[in-house]
Amino acid sequence: MRRAPLTLWIGAALTGVFALAAVLSLLWTPYDVTAMNIGARLQAPNAQHWFGTDHFGRDVLSMIMVGARISIAVAVVAVGMGMVLGVPLGLLAAANRGGLVDEVIMRGNDLIFAFPALVIAILITAVFGPSAVNAIIAIGIFNTPVFARVARGGALSLWTLDYIRAAEVSGKGKLRISAEHILPNIANLLIVQGTIQFSLGILAEAALSYVGLGAQPPMPSWGRMLAEAQTMISFAPHLAILPGLAIVLTVLGLNLMGDGLRDSLDPKLRRAR
Amino acid sequence: MSLIRVENLSLDIHGTPILRDVSFDIAPGRVFGLVGESGSGKSMTSLALMKLLPDGATRAGRALMDGRDLFALDEGAMCGLRGNDIGMIFQEPMTALNPVRTIGDQVAETLVIHGAARRAEALEIARAKLDRVGLDGTRFPLDRYPHELSGGQRQRVCIAMAIALRPRLLIADEPTTALDVTTQAQILDLLRGLVAEEGMSLLLITHDLAVVAGLADHVAVMQSGKIVEQGPTEALFRRRAHPYTRALFAASAHRPARVPTARPDRLLEVAGLRRSYALPRRTLFGPAPRMEAVRGVSFALHKGESLGLVGESGCGKSTLTRAILGLEAVQAGHIRLQGQTPISPIMPKPARAAMQVVFQDPYGSFNPRWRVARLVAEPFHLLPEWPKDARARVEQALSEVGLTPADADKYIHEFSGGQRQRIAIARALINRPDLSVLDEAVSALDVRVRAQILDLLARLQESHGLGYLFISHDLHVVRAITDRVMVMQAGEIVEEGATEDVFANPRHPYTRQLIAATPVIPAAWMKEPVDAPVV
Amino acid sequence: MLRFALQRLLSLAISLVVASLVIFFVIEVIPGDPAAYMLGMNAQPETVAALRRELGLDAGQMARYLTWVGGMLVGDFGTSYTYRVPVSDLVLARLGVSLPLTLYALLLSTAIAFPVGLIAAARRGSRLDAGIMGATQLGIAIPNFWFAMLLVLVFAISLQWFSAGGFPGWDRGFWINIKALTLPAVALALPQASILARVMRSAVIETLGQDYIRTARAKGLSQRQSVLRHALRNALIPVLTIIGLQFAFLLAGAIIIENVFFLPGLGRLIFQAITQRDLIVVESVVMLLVFAVILVTFLVDLAYAAADPRLRRRGA
Repeated sequence: MRRAPLTLWIGAALTGVFALAAVLSLLWTPYDVTAMNIGARLQAPNAQHWFGTDHFGRDVLSMIMVGARISIAVAVVAVGMGMVLGVPLGLLAAANRGGLVDEVIMRGNDLIFAFPALVIAILITAVFGPSAVNAIIAIGIFNTPVFARVARGGALSLWTLDYIRAAEVSGKGKLRISAEHILPNIANLLIVQGTIQFSLGILAEAALSYVGLGAQPPMPSWGRMLAEAQTMISFAPHLAILPGLAIVLTVLGLNLMGDGLRDSLDPKLRRAR
Repeated sequence: MSLIRVENLSLDIHGTPILRDVSFDIAPGRVFGLVGESGSGKSMTSLALMKLLPDGATRAGRALMDGRDLFALDEGAMCGLRGNDIGMIFQEPMTALNPVRTIGDQVAETLVIHGAARRAEALEIARAKLDRVGLDGTRFPLDRYPHELSGGQRQRVCIAMAIALRPRLLIADEPTTALDVTTQAQILDLLRGLVAEEGMSLLLITHDLAVVAGLADHVAVMQSGKIVEQGPTEALFRRRAHPYTRALFAASAHRPARVPTARPDRLLEVAGLRRSYALPRRTLFGPAPRMEAVRGVSFALHKGESLGLVGESGCGKSTLTRAILGLEAVQAGHIRLQGQTPISPIMPKPARAAMQVVFQDPYGSFNPRWRVARLVAEPFHLLPEWPKDARARVEQALSEVGLTPADADKYIHEFSGGQRQRIAIARALINRPDLSVLDEAVSALDVRVRAQILDLLARLQESHGLGYLFISHDLHVVRAITDRVMVMQAGEIVEEGATEDVFANPRHPYTRQLIAATPVIPAAWMKEPVDAPVV
Repeated sequence: MLRFALQRLLSLAISLVVASLVIFFVIEVIPGDPAAYMLGMNAQPETVAALRRELGLDAGQMARYLTWVGGMLVGDFGTSYTYRVPVSDLVLARLGVSLPLTLYALLLSTAIAFPVGLIAAARRGSRLDAGIMGATQLGIAIPNFWFAMLLVLVFAISLQWFSAGGFPGWDRGFWINIKALTLPAVALALPQASILARVMRSAVIETLGQDYIRTARAKGLSQRQSVLRHALRNALIPVLTIIGLQFAFLLAGAIIIENVFFLPGLGRLIFQAITQRDLIVVESVVMLLVFAVILVTFLVDLAYAAADPRLRRRGA
């Protein structure tokens, strides 16, 4: 009997809603997010403005849709950067396990782990000024050792297996074995880690924007919407609650999807079923 | 009078039948052997007695001890019984002990948990018990951690733990399967002595008929969750009434019919081979000590010859094998195949084509994401160009090892262990090599499957004129399949000669020790049963 | 054990040196002329020259790096360009807020996560377990600064149990400051506690499947005894790793959450320094943060060795 991965579907549905909102915002939003309308400022949710308006009279729903675009774009690119840089490093380290290359890569990893994403962002921003691109780079650098470690860990256990010996006896080199035998067999691990880093990326982007190190005005972003809402929280709580809910639901969706993926991709669990 | 009486034990796990109507008696102070192949349900029988079954298990039947039905006892009563009336040891001593607690602590815990002694007193008793199982106080103080001990020593700690309260029944589940043959002999001796001295009963679970023959008073043969035959060991082994028992015996004594194919030309030549590894430094700036894995090994293997290499774990045979396969650089000496380029990790690809390998683990030997056709074809990578008739050659190779061409399109998880080993052989033969290295190639297989694979290997050797380097820890198997044999100990070949000569007249003390330690079924028992039923 | 500690200490020193090189390179080499960068486009050449002298930019890069590192070793972090006071004074005052907040949150997170994770593992598959897993799933998804805003909304604005922000200062007594740090610490701790509880749960479940637990049961230990006596200490090993990583997260989180509660911590200092291009302050605070993370990694390594005898080598 095959258990339906319910969490996978719930997670995918939640993530899908926000991904759709983000794509839709490229073509259409209920209102123009840059258009201010002081006459309609600080409205609570109502029939015209489903999520209300902010202190400049901008439509909150439209801003959340565009914010989804920024959040998802930053997180996707940062995960991609982490994977592209980290996975080859991890595979290389595992192929040379115990050697100098392995040692250098792992020590480099440890060093980057000593710089939290926020600290990397602070360093970059101090010199280049704040921008969404810098947020991507900061989160991407932070992701790199994570993927390197996951790839190395997965690859190390595979390198002990006899089919790798058989490939070596068939004259295949380390690079070829890493590409043909190792990478496809750690893809599961990487996909699951990818969803985790994706959700962490959304949280990190929100935090960086919140403290002004991410996307800059007039581009709406969830983190900056929260920063602006903070002073108005006592009389316009919807401004603080709705963007936060958007973050929570997106991250929750991604995490549920990650859990569901892990359960359905893990061969150990599959065999037990 | 029986110590424990099992009546009609049946077991299902998540609806899958595991045991059916298993009944047996164990007499006080006697050894009861339970033999069968993997998956026959023998381990589950012992876990059922201990009531330590996995989740989802449903059980029927009774297990009577002192007139009480164990199966009717609640968990609290079972906790009082486990370790106290029934002790148990398991197959894998490397993982059976808690890595973060000392051995003294773990042995003493048995006493403390049952309220038999306070901690200080329990530690004293633990000391005595460790002495009893052969771990003396000077070399093995109580504050040793498990990782500082070898597998055999850890199994002794497990035994000390299990017998600390002098239980009336000791269950030993494959207690020596993970150990080397000389260590196995010592542990079996220890168990035999404990039964005699402490007057306890032993339920010995094993796949090895020879181990049972040497130790058990009574034996039961299990197949697919049922006991097919039981009785006093010698009588049952001599009579072999059930066809399954008969098949097991035939397979364990099986020797494939071999036609000598050895020719005088040298195929593989190993001369003065040395390989050592750096160990972790002891002092901060001193030189790192080195562990010499292979210390000056020389030998030759002739065309069409089957050469055995036996030795226990840590003797250096794995390192030697890796060097011969060209996977490991060596510090001194050379290896040549047919007098050509020396074998090394940097040798040119085509030079590797004359040699292939079959590994031990039928489950780890194949990339699970590839189809059999691609798996078997992998050695074509060594050829100057991918053969045009690759598919036809894969299908032919599969046919040669007793599979069908249609199997080429399946994934590896669709095959049993024995079938996988056939696929591994097909992969090794696809390039028509002259030498096949068989690295414990039949060690993971059940005895009946092993017999079939040995037959296959013998047949292929004859038809292809293959040279075999047969590496194994199992003396029976080496004797059955090789022309010549080398015995390796501590990085050196200590004895070499024609297989039958070496086994009949071992000259080196270590060879004698190995042969003496290997359990055997008395030859008299093996004769064809008089009242053999027609199979 | 001593040898192991020395080894780790050496690697700590190397990490610090490399980290300081990276920070120095980013802050003082990439901008080209830091003095010109700090003063902006419209600065007078004389002002720039003066700042160059003050920063010692005429010296070579290697000499400047050594001066900077040498200064830090004796507690001299240089002088802030905007505040015109020694950076060490600025940092020390701010550290008195950020560090207690981080440790408070770490304590809360661990205190919540351990029992919750253990109970979930012990009752695996039960409704309680499902409830805990659901709650932690949600906890992980909540950004701590947003959670902080909700706490302010409920406990400061509506219920008025706590003040919405501010920090009295340690000279005003212990408990009053702890109270001021409570809402921020809870906001920081709950999401991290969710992660830690899940790690704890899976670590305990993983160890419960090990052979030595079966051995313990065969000795007569009950399920509960085998968890407490055998599984827990083994499960602690992966949990320690996560606690070490959480320190870095919580420190970064503390810096962010100070904004919500108007706490005069390192966060306020560094974000002001960034907008005012006070590179000296940025450089020092970043180095301090990285030092804290590396130090905690070192302590976690030592804790590892204490928990796992396989890591210390006998007689070595």
